[in-house]
Amino acid sequence: MTTANKTSTVLTSDDLDHLVDQELVKGYFLAGLTFLTISMIAGILVALQLVHWNPLDGIEVLSPGRWRMIHTNAIAYGFLANVFLGMLHWVVPRLTLRPVASRPLSLFIFVAWQLIVFLTAAAIVIGPSLQAMPWVADLAKRTGLCMSLGAQGLEWGETPFWIDPIALLGLALVAVNFMVPIARARAPLYVTLWYFMAAFVWTFLTYAMGNLLPEYAVGGTSAGAIGGLFIHDLVGLFVTPLGWGMMYYFVPIMLKKPIWSHGLSLVGFWGLAFFYPLNGIHHFLYTPIPMFLQYGAVIATVAVELVVTTVIINFLGTLRGQGQQVITNLPIRYFYTGMIFYFITCFQCALQVTLTFQKLIHFTDWVVGHAHLVMFGVFSLWLFGVMTYLFPRVLHRPWYSTRLCEYHYWLSAAGVLVMALDLTMAGIFQGYYWASLQSWDVSVDGSQPFWVTRVFAGLCMFAGLLCFLYNLWMTYRVPQEVYETGPALQGSPA
Amino acid sequence: MFESKAGILWVGGIGFFVIAFLSNGWVPMLMYQDLKEQTAEEVVNSRVLYQFEEISRRYPQTFKQYYGDVNEDTCAEALRLGRQLYIGEGCWHCHSQFVRPVSNESLRWGEVAATIEFQNELQRPVMFGTRRVGPDLSREGGRRSNDWHAVHFFQPKMLSPGSPMPAYPWFFDGGPDQPNKRGIAIMTYVQWLGSWLESYPYYEELKDSDSES
Ligand code: HEC
Ligand code: HEM
Repeated sequence: MTTANKTSTVLTSDDLDHLVDQELVKGYFLAGLTFLTISMIAGILVALQLVHWNPLDGIEVLSPGRWRMIHTNAIAYGFLANVFLGMLHWVVPRLTLRPVASRPLSLFIFVAWQLIVFLTAAAIVIGPSLQAMPWVADLAKRTGLCMSLGAQGLEWGETPFWIDPIALLGLALVAVNFMVPIARARAPLYVTLWYFMAAFVWTFLTYAMGNLLPEYAVGGTSAGAIGGLFIHDLVGLFVTPLGWGMMYYFVPIMLKKPIWSHGLSLVGFWGLAFFYPLNGIHHFLYTPIPMFLQYGAVIATVAVELVVTTVIINFLGTLRGQGQQVITNLPIRYFYTGMIFYFITCFQCALQVTLTFQKLIHFTDWVVGHAHLVMFGVFSLWLFGVMTYLFPRVLHRPWYSTRLCEYHYWLSAAGVLVMALDLTMAGIFQGYYWASLQSWDVSVDGSQPFWVTRVFAGLCMFAGLLCFLYNLWMTYRVPQEVYETGPALQGSPA
Repeated sequence: MFESKAGILWVGGIGFFVIAFLSNGWVPMLMYQDLKEQTAEEVVNSRVLYQFEEISRRYPQTFKQYYGDVNEDTCAEALRLGRQLYIGEGCWHCHSQFVRPVSNESLRWGEVAATIEFQNELQRPVMFGTRRVGPDLSREGGRRSNDWHAVHFFQPKMLSPGSPMPAYPWFFDGGPDQPNKRGIAIMTYVQWLGSWLESYPYYEELKDSDSES
């Protein structure tokens, strides 16, 4: 078997083949894409509900409220986590020159994780229908458990209470599986591994904190503070470090040059590690959570923005002299588009976190626009870039069609840009409608044009995904002669 | 330290996380530790019982079948189920449960939210919410009648033609005049929201107009 040439190490590609479990990488990517498809369909369903075009309103198992939770849960744990895990199985052995702790364990984690995400979705859909059964209340009385069969009442922590311990165990096993090669590696750790190492610890701690404390240990306002920490840490300490770690690996490899400034890499990592976790409460400004804590969170948030700027500068510095790659090299284009979106979201965040902006935009679609810009515009685009780069390498053949890859890029990037602009504006309108004390219908009616636009932007993004899936299917199906490594791969993905 | 495994693991991974948890999570926990968390039974008050009783008179057969009598225990049972449905059906993604001190919110909904309101079993996990497609519900109790809610849950568009709120026909056995166990629970829960406040009686106000707004 030949694989992609990774000239950055002295090992031959055959050696690397032994280290990387390519089937698993492929499996994770495919699982991730499956859940992305489900999640996007759920998003479209909710979007259609808001514009009164939902043909399925009134069907219990398709209730938009339930699918709204599948939308976010399947994205976080089904799409992002899966594709990240596939990426980790590719990157970590290459950087440490060691295989993961145990291959059977990897396989077990893979199966268990799909089960966890799938069961969560099933419980969210079916749970509320069974909630009124007498045995549920009985069991609650006897065991003292909450017995909410459907989602748990925490954004991004929708995973039902009975799945939480299993998910935690899964996260612990993931950490062990990857920490062993990292611990064994002799050479100084590369930036990517700083991020990954920290992410394994953070994800576990965050998940435990957010899913267990508000359910079992604290109630009321303090639970709100924990909930804020949780939502924020999940983005900042699970998705973000894995995402940036990934960028620190793939960008230099593809540009064939080192990162511009090691010093800035250090500032970026430690700045994130220190300031990011302090932001949590900014999700609940003007709640009964003590005001001095809210101020603290606001200041920490602005600090994160400064840190982010250093990271962006570092990557722009790395690109310098090779700007044309953004045009010719699709994965690089995905990465840098994502970084631009990242900068925009973080800039937006520095504004929206101020109490002045909060008055207007909290609770509105502005926030939803922000969420899509960062989750789709940044992390999903990065993951698409990585998949565009790696699929030919794990399938050992070039893409069936580079043009479809381009369509995927343009539909996704344009779609999310339109969606984000549209929802940001919608948010401002909604904020003013509410503050002006007009009746609620006015704000709902006034949102319609924005919501209709969002449906089309969403369909655009979904069409991009369909192009990618079709392309993948054709690549898989049409047999190609075993594919030679070479410059063709470095440029466009064909 | 900055590039070593131990530094990243202990300082960055665990240390900073713990600092943030202590300062942002532990501090409010300490501040509010003296506020006792009330059980569902303890938060049943005369106003929500009034509504619960009204429901029992309006739908006597179903009520008898699923809840039996009107008392604090059955009301608490309805509230628990109502809260579980509120979470399970994703109501909290479209409705918030706190009134902010800004943007005229207290004029629209009433008193600004206070910590004490959230120290009970039915706010675990707390239902602050992060998005308002529909209005805040923390002052909803008593604002509408039970039959209004019944029809609204059955098909929101009947009462609010442009409403994007989903229909919940599965809270009913057939028609809006036949709420089932879940229907009664969610109505009781909604009527409970805000019932603990002094300025609750928007609805009763209609009958005895002596109380202030
Ligand atoms: C898709 C978003 C959405 C979901 C999900 C949703 N609602 Fe609504 N809700 C709205 C909107 C918009 C309105 C305002 C228009 C109207 O009266 O229907 C509203 C209005 C209401 C009102 C009337 C408020 C008033 O006094 O005017 C109540 C009560 C209510 N919702 C309760 C619920 C409950 C309980 C659930 C869950 C079972 C729920 N809603 C789910 C969007 C939603
Ligand atoms: C087909 C494309 C999509 C459509 C039509 C869509 C639509 C929606 C809708 C209608 C909501 C609820 C908004 C509200 O509460 O008012 C939502 C929320 C959300 N979506 Fe999507 N979505 C799409 C794709 C995605 C993708 C790919 C991601 C992530 C990678 C994503 C991440 C989120 C997040 C994080 C939220 C929660 C926002 C918040 O609560 O602030 N969406 N989406």
